[in-house]
Amino acid sequence: MIDQITLSSIFTVLIFAIFIAIVMWAYSKKSKASFEEAANLIFDDEIKPSASAKQKSGDNNQ
Amino acid sequence: MSETSQVHPQYNYKVVQQFSVMAVIWGIVGMSIGVLIAAQLIWPELNFNTPWLTYSRLRPLHTNAVIFAFGGCALFATSYYVVQRTSHVKLFSDKLAAFTFWGWQAVIVAAIITLPLGLTSSKEYAELEWPIDILIALVWIAYLINFFGTIIVRKVSHIYVANWFYGAFIITVAVLHIGNSMVIPISMTKSYSIYAGSVDAMMQWWYGHNAVGFFLTAGFLGMMYYFIPKQAERPVYSYRLSVVHFWALISLYIWAGPHHLHYTALPDWVQSVGMVMSVVLFVPSWGGMINGIMTLSGAWHKLRSDPILRFLIVSLSFYGMSTFEGPMMAIKTVNALSHYTDWTIGHVHSGALGWVAMVSIGSLYHLIPILFGKARMYSNHLINVHFWLATIGVVLYIVAMWISGVMQGLMWRAVNSDGTLTYSFVESLEASYPFYFVRFIGGCFVVTGMLIMAYNCYRTIFGKEEHLQVESQPQPQAA
Repeated sequence: MIDQITLSSIFTVLIFAIFIAIVMWAYSKKSKASFEEAANLIFDDEIKPSASAKQKSGDNNQ
Repeated sequence: MSETSQVHPQYNYKVVQQFSVMAVIWGIVGMSIGVLIAAQLIWPELNFNTPWLTYSRLRPLHTNAVIFAFGGCALFATSYYVVQRTSHVKLFSDKLAAFTFWGWQAVIVAAIITLPLGLTSSKEYAELEWPIDILIALVWIAYLINFFGTIIVRKVSHIYVANWFYGAFIITVAVLHIGNSMVIPISMTKSYSIYAGSVDAMMQWWYGHNAVGFFLTAGFLGMMYYFIPKQAERPVYSYRLSVVHFWALISLYIWAGPHHLHYTALPDWVQSVGMVMSVVLFVPSWGGMINGIMTLSGAWHKLRSDPILRFLIVSLSFYGMSTFEGPMMAIKTVNALSHYTDWTIGHVHSGALGWVAMVSIGSLYHLIPILFGKARMYSNHLINVHFWLATIGVVLYIVAMWISGVMQGLMWRAVNSDGTLTYSFVESLEASYPFYFVRFIGGCFVVTGMLIMAYNCYRTIFGKEEHLQVESQPQPQAA
């Protein structure tokens, strides 16, 4: 028989383990590049109505 | 990202424009009602002996108008904008988008009619009666389909972190609203909750606190993660921290509701769980705040010349203050002093006016010129004036409520040596009058700022000068 307290304990430990896993995943070397790419995603979508505006915006980003 | 095409999809800006403009208008309406009821607490004659102008009926109208009309429109506008811009694709469905706009406005109008008439389910922040609740649920499900539909058809591989926060906000609000609004109707305008007694109270504050956690926090954090980096023109301080921030915040918030029911009929252990979870919540809240503020590291000088950025960053300072204050107030012994006093009202407004309103206002100032094809807002100077009016107004408001609240708490618990109460309730009310006046002045500052914002937006949208479609750049100014 598994009682309420045992279930709560299992749940707490499980959530804690998942949290640690998320932290390790987020800070792993493997994810670094893709996260950096993701962080810059918002700048990757400038609407350029004309070539001149595109050029101008390109200059500003340098 | 490599799959980003060079085609620039024609985004659906119409619905974003509609929601943005209505956010400003409902902001003025909701905050003006707030100032009126603040004035009624000083001069009760201001209800003009009219039932539908009484404090009891206008107070829920004020909260609904600022949270769901102003905050809701700002969230719809920014989420529809951000999900398109970061997914590089047009909204999933223009028809559903139009339905969410008109449906949401219908909900607001229905609230403006029914609440002053006294039609209420009496659940705080969920006062609207069941026919309106059904309309809210329909609009929300349409919103959910449209938002996630857009994410499914996205043209980039990654789902930007702002969309995670918006997505969590949309799903959770759907669950909360439908769960808490379960009622047995007895007529078109009257219904009873299917939950009874303390279970009903627990459901209500599970809903109520997560309305704070997901509607007023997660959604606006989505705004923070897009508009602060965009306005500062640099990526977020740590994307990795934002991932941990997201999972920690959403897994903790859901447990914090019982702190609204300390020392009630709720089982003691539930109160303790609520307290502990609320205290732990401090960590992800501050993690997120630091992540937002540190985005400016190395570019602090931008705060000097860019009032929009100042709005966004100061909103985070208020977020940090209220997410420190909140966990502290959730501790049972502190709550014994603070509960039912004006301290709570001050805490809510430091979050609502300081964090939610200021991050929305900053985002709207960023958004409106882009949406209407203008290079910048009509007047940078007026944004600056608005910034100071908003900041001074909020500070006046929360300082007045802190003093008044702590004073009330101390007066209510004071006992004479024979065990009788030292002060009657009316004596504590009388002592609060000066602070109610300061709050009223603070509210006037905030509303004046919103009126200036409306004028600035009007001149931007309808102004003749500069029909250029350019990305917003920080305004070059003399350093």
